[in-house]
Order: sequence, then C-alpha cells, then structure tokens
Amino acid sequence: MTIDNLSTEVLLRVEDVSLNFGGVKALDGVSFDIRKGEIRAIIGPNGAGKSSMLNVINGFYHPQRGTITYKGQTRNQMRPYQAASQGIARTFQNIALFKGMSTLDNIMTGRNLKMKTNLFWQALYIGPARKEELENREAAEHIIDFLDIQAIRKKPVGKLPYGLQKRVELGRALAAEPELLLLDEPMAGMNSEEKEDMSRFIIDVNLEFGTTIALIEHDMSVVMDLSDRIVVLDYGRQLADGLPGEIRANKEVIEAYLGVSHD
Amino acid sequence: MIFFIEVVLSGLMAGVMYSLVALGFVLIFKASGIFNFAQGVMALFAALTLVGFMEKFGMPVWLAIAGTIVVMIALAWVIERAMLRHLINQEPIILFMATIGLAYVLEGLGDILWGSDVKLLDLGIPQGASDWMLDNFDIYIEKLEIFAAATAAIMVTILAIFFQKTSTGRALRAVADDHQAALSVGISLHTIWVIVWSVSGIVALVAGIMWGSKSGVQFSLSLIALKALPVLILGGFTSVPGAIIGGMIIGVGEKVAEVYLGPFVGGAIENWFAYMLALAFLLFRPQGLFGEKIIERV
Repeated sequence: MTIDNLSTEVLLRVEDVSLNFGGVKALDGVSFDIRKGEIRAIIGPNGAGKSSMLNVINGFYHPQRGTITYKGQTRNQMRPYQAASQGIARTFQNIALFKGMSTLDNIMTGRNLKMKTNLFWQALYIGPARKEELENREAAEHIIDFLDIQAIRKKPVGKLPYGLQKRVELGRALAAEPELLLLDEPMAGMNSEEKEDMSRFIIDVNLEFGTTIALIEHDMSVVMDLSDRIVVLDYGRQLADGLPGEIRANKEVIEAYLGVSHD
Repeated sequence: MIFFIEVVLSGLMAGVMYSLVALGFVLIFKASGIFNFAQGVMALFAALTLVGFMEKFGMPVWLAIAGTIVVMIALAWVIERAMLRHLINQEPIILFMATIGLAYVLEGLGDILWGSDVKLLDLGIPQGASDWMLDNFDIYIEKLEIFAAATAAIMVTILAIFFQKTSTGRALRAVADDHQAALSVGISLHTIWVIVWSVSGIVALVAGIMWGSKSGVQFSLSLIALKALPVLILGGFTSVPGAIIGGMIIGVGEKVAEVYLGPFVGGAIENWFAYMLALAFLLFRPQGLFGEKIIERV
C-alpha cells in the first residue's frame, strides 16, 4: 500500500502517555496516532514498552500521565470492558486462549458482546437465546473458514500446536468484528511457512474487513512488508515514527537495534 | 445380597447429599479460584431464611422458595460489591480468609434474623420409607433420599446445559480459564462473579432444603461443609461431575466400610472413613478423579 490511498482519519491517538511500575518507567511521554484502515507497526528492542503500549490501549494498564483519544473521545485511561465494547480486540504475546475449551467455543467467546439475551432465556436455552446462539455460531463458522481451521473446530485448544493456537487466538479477536485489532507478536515462534500464512491473514483482514491493525513484531522483513507506518520505541521512549523506508534509514533506530560503539 | 444392595443404595443417597454441598464449592472454585469456606453456612442461611419466610411471614412454600432465591441473589451481589471487588488480584489465601470471615458474618446474621433454635423444615417432601421399593424389591429406602437424588440429577442437568450451551456459561468457563483473555473479549468479571455466587447460593438452598428436611434446620448444618471437603479432594475441585461422583463414592464407601469393616474395629468408621480416603487420594492422585492436573513449572 502506498501513502496515497491511506485515509487520514485518525482512529486512535495516544498523547504524552507515561506509565510507571514503581520506579521503572515502562513508557515515557509516548505520542502517536493510528489512522483508520492502516496497518501500524510498533517495534523496538525487548523491554522497549511495546506490550505495555498495547495494554494501555485496551485498558489493562492505566497510565499515570497522558491521554488516549479513541473515535474522537479523549480519556485518561481505557477500561478493558470499554475497549472491547467499542471495537478494540487483541491477541497476546504468550497466547491467552481458554485452553480447556474447543476452538469453536474460544471463537464464540469473542462474540460475547454481540449476544444480548438475558440469563433467564439462556438458562432455559429456548426462544431468543437459542436463536441468538445459532446466529452467532454462523458468524463463528465464517471465521473458522476464513482462517482455514475447520479441522480443529472441536479440539480443545490446549492440545493444538503453537502456530494453530496463534491462529485460533486471531480468530477469537476477529469474532468480535473489531474496528481496531491489536496483535502482540502474532508471528513469534513460527516457522517461515507459518509466518507467511499469518501475514496473508493479516493483510486479508485489513483489506477485506477494513480492520485497522496495530501490531508488535520482531521480524523486520515482515514488519517492513506489512506495515503502512511504523513507530519505534526504546526504553519506553519514542525513538522514531514514519514510513517503513524512513525507519529503515533512520540512524538512531539502527543504533538502538544494532548497538553502537562509542569511541 | 439384598442387604448389601440396601447398604450401597443408602450410601449412594447419603452421597448425593454430600454432592449437593460439594457442587456449590466447585462452581465458585471453577469460576474464580476461590475456595469458599462459607458454602456450608450459605446452605444453613438459605434454609433458615426459607423456614423464616414460612413460619414468621406465613408464606406458602413456592413463595418462600422464590423469596429465598431472591435473597441468595441479593447476597451474591453484596458479596461481590463489598468483598470480591476489593480483593481483585489478591492471593488465593487472602480470598480464602475473606470467605472464613464471610462464614461468621452469615452465621451471625442468620442467628440475628431468624433465631438459633432448631427448626423443622416441612415443605411437604415425602418422608418415610418408599413402600414401592419395599414391596417390589424388599429394599428399604427413604423417600426423601430418592427425592434428593432426583433433584440433584435435575439440577446437574440444568447446570451442564447452562455451562455448555449458553453464552453466559461459556463466559463463566472463559473466566475460569484465563481472566485477562476474558477481559479482552469484553466479559465483565463483576457480572460473572455475581452470577456464579448466585448460582452457588441457589445450589446451597437446595442442599439446605434436603439436609434441613432430613435433620431439621440447625446450626450444625454448616458443619456438613467439612464432609464436602473429602468429596472435593476425591472428585477434583474443578469438576461438576467429579463433585457428584465423589459424593457417591464417599457415601457408599462410608456405609460399606461401617457395615462390613466396622465390627472388626469396634465401629464408628463412618466418621473418619471419608477423610482417610481423601488422604489416600492426596498421596496418590492429588488432582482428584476428574480435576485438572496442575503442573507448576519451576
């Protein structure tokens, strides 16, 4: 994708966000925006604060300073329920699936907020609750087809190989039909074939559903290929923000990644 | 042979009564990892409230039961608001201590509201021996126990459907599995906790009704929670079928041991047999028959 067909409408903006754990500064005055429809990469060495940033966006962490503006609404902090109900879905670095549940059930939990019948009908499993369950089941099946995981529909996810678990986790996030999808190292621990599959899914999600994506990834060739814009963090500070070409040529970024000799 | 069947059957029925209490423990442990020490007292409190509604307010049985259910749901809400909400992310031992406190609060509350004398609970559940069983099979079995077994079966079926087939049930399982992931898909922990504690409050009511009908509503009722412990160790803390089958094994084991081994050691096996069995399980299969095996990586 080139810069021309990028919309300039901002979906999410974080401004001057700082987050401390005790005396440790996880984030220090970070500001960037995510435009509607783009794939935005957040990169940086280990411990740079990338995951913390995602946790701030979906409300797991509450920053001490700064604001988060999502869909035009400015807040000092998000709450997980708020984030989820306003269309932010995510995956986790260390896979947080419901291990005892089947693939289908995991994906169905992603539709939790789409299901509105009350407990009374559900307890009886009749009437509107049953109809709703079937409708949402159909949506879940679409996602299973999309991700090509029909064969493991009924399998408990705890028993699946790592690459497939990552895929199921993506499926659960997609089931919520998110506007903003946060992916925390979607390709960590994958072989090159699995990485290619995952890249294809990410691009398809972005193009077909128009989902805005923010992703953390360590594989630089993947990042450069996938993303429209990249923000670089290092020790909680923002090092650079720009197009892949600019980031690749940025001297400070190269130093942060490769280290530099001070002589 | 008839005698042996009689012993086993009466053991099964007693076991169902244990299962009813154990079930309440399992529900809360599954969804929040809390071992709810107050489960027995909740059964007592529910039974006291039920009797109180009937005796003091002269409510008909159905209205008193409905009223008690409302009280148990309100109680769940208060527990979530006043206790659980403030202890989020705390160690399990702290939550456990909090439920010990809750047990005393509830016991005191029951005492203040409804008095401490032993009360009869008569809901019109049939009492005495089942004539049909006696006539056809020459087996002595209490009607109340058959009733309790049938109720437990219905309740477990409803719970199983609720857990497996509904979105709330799925959300409950999700919370039990991974708090953070559950939050990320927009499941509200607070709502889930109110629901679980309500459901286990209702299960406590059923247990309270059965035990109350059998031996009167008295404060020693809260001690049946102790008998639920070996049941849980046997069945596994996280398994609903485990609670049921564990209860039955304990019930049958106790009765059979009492009748056939008792004479050799001077009797009174029934009082400690369950705990010995639990101890054996702790040594050889600590996760219980159906519980999840927990492997801690060091």
